[in-house]
Amino acid sequence: MTGPTGSTRLSKAAAPTGAATSPAPSATPGVATEAMVRARGVRKSYGSNEVVKGIDLDVAAGEVLCLLGPSGSGKSTFLRCINHLEKIDGGWISVDGELVGYRRRGEKLYELRDHEIAQRRSRIGMVFQQFNLFPHLSVLGNLMEAPLRVRRERPEPVRRRALALLERVGLGDKADAYPRQLSGGQQQRVAIARALTMEPRLMLFDEPTSALDPELVGDVLDVMRSLAADGMTMVVVTHEIAFAREVADTVAFLDGGVIVEQGPPGQVLNNPSQERTRAFLARVL
Amino acid sequence: MAEPVLHAGTRQPGAPDDGAAELPGQVVSLRHPWRWVAVAVVVVIGVVLVTSLIRNPNFQWDVVFHYFVSGSILAGLRNTVLLTVAAMLVGLLLGIVLAVARDSKNPIVSYAALLYIGLFRGTPLLVQLIFWFNLSSLYPTLGLGIPFGPTFVSGSANALITPVVAAILGLGLNEAAYMAEIVRAGLQSVDAGQTQAAQALGMTNRQVFRRIVLPQAMRVIIPPTGNQTISMLKTTSLVSVIALPELLYASQIIYSRTYQVVPLLITASLWYLLLTTVLTVGQTFLERRLRRGDAAHGGRGRRERTAAADARAAVQDGLPDGAPVAGGEHR
Repeated sequence: MTGPTGSTRLSKAAAPTGAATSPAPSATPGVATEAMVRARGVRKSYGSNEVVKGIDLDVAAGEVLCLLGPSGSGKSTFLRCINHLEKIDGGWISVDGELVGYRRRGEKLYELRDHEIAQRRSRIGMVFQQFNLFPHLSVLGNLMEAPLRVRRERPEPVRRRALALLERVGLGDKADAYPRQLSGGQQQRVAIARALTMEPRLMLFDEPTSALDPELVGDVLDVMRSLAADGMTMVVVTHEIAFAREVADTVAFLDGGVIVEQGPPGQVLNNPSQERTRAFLARVL
Repeated sequence: MAEPVLHAGTRQPGAPDDGAAELPGQVVSLRHPWRWVAVAVVVVIGVVLVTSLIRNPNFQWDVVFHYFVSGSILAGLRNTVLLTVAAMLVGLLLGIVLAVARDSKNPIVSYAALLYIGLFRGTPLLVQLIFWFNLSSLYPTLGLGIPFGPTFVSGSANALITPVVAAILGLGLNEAAYMAEIVRAGLQSVDAGQTQAAQALGMTNRQVFRRIVLPQAMRVIIPPTGNQTISMLKTTSLVSVIALPELLYASQIIYSRTYQVVPLLITASLWYLLLTTVLTVGQTFLERRLRRGDAAHGGRGRRERTAAADARAAVQDGLPDGAPVAGGEHR
């Protein structure tokens, strides 16, 4: 796919080079210079339907960012652009100074090859709404698959790390169970542990509690809370306003493919400056 | 069957309520007299057939069993089994390639696979077998080399395309077209979320396919592949037209000499029956195992969890370790 046809035009600020070690000065004043995630002018269309219409965003290392917004606002799509599960049509996104799906050459971004993308994705954890555990593998197998296959680690240390992570999410006794035997909440906690076995620098959560029965949501949020407390950088698409209020450092409200309003949760959730934010909060609270 | 059942003190809800004190004491099932007529007809036909099998000397059962374990029949049997295995292997491997090609994002590759499948499913297998056998009339020499460039090795097509090669080509290439659709259905049964989750963990496309998608697709692929194998075992008999001594042709060789046509056809048929029975038993066993695995392993990711399943899992939380999981009630 490398070639003029597979490239994306740069927009706005210059994108960092593929393997930049020293990130360029942050474009947004007030955000720490070591932005873990930087997005500039990100656009994404499905056919003629543009769902992400130019998003600029910085997430500092250790920051928890919650993306709120009505369905169809582009928040999940934007999240999936961060680890290149969706190809972007314009702008750029970098994680820890690296463009995830592309290499910059001159004024163009060239899409990377499959194994290069895979390698960059391996340090970005992702948790899905539908858990997406591998049903043919045991819980331990789910956790060990990527470290063994992607990082080619030796089994014994991986096993110990996986068991410790299961203990951490409160499922130390479920190592030999199969996903089907677990409740939704347990499956989602296994999914979080699975992402953590790759020792990610960034965790993406795509509506992690939306498919859960209400009484099972709490355990999953507890795990996420403890991750945040440990300083994990997190981008969370969620409908849990209470969670955003309590855990997020920054809340961004999206509508129609753009960020309508962004700031500390106290400001955005309690005292929104935009009418659309106010209308949305009035509906969900 | 027709035993009267006593329902003391119970009454169907909504039953006529004429006189609450006089509950009906008996429930009588509907009688099915025609079932007995059907049994009689079947029994009579069966008896007639069996007596004729025994009484009619033209069946020549002594000849049937004389050749049943004769050397040439057993050699034919071996060829039939080897052909079945070889053709199914070619069919499965090429079928996987075709299935992947069919779903390729590259439209040329996808259409090429579609064309292959259409061509091989759209013409009779018998024609294909004869075609491969007569390939030498189309291409007298076959060689390996660079297209429009130098040839490295070449040989006479007549020498290369032996009946065995023609048979494996004909059966295998044809089977691949059918297996492609079976494999494709299997691959499509795996939820896209599985691929995304594996990609998000940093797995390459090849790793995603080999480690995540294909193992799950096999659950869907294996049962119809069993059917195809059973069918292939019998289809190998078509190969008799290109003079390959498999089970049928081996018996034809004998009866063309002895004129004991029917007994030798029975000999061959008994072997086919025996083998298909063994395969069917094996397939049933395999499917039962797969289904049990499905109940324990949780089938495909696409299936949404039901409230009942959640409740059961929640209940199981309270049980001691290793408590058996009640599974399979869904189907």
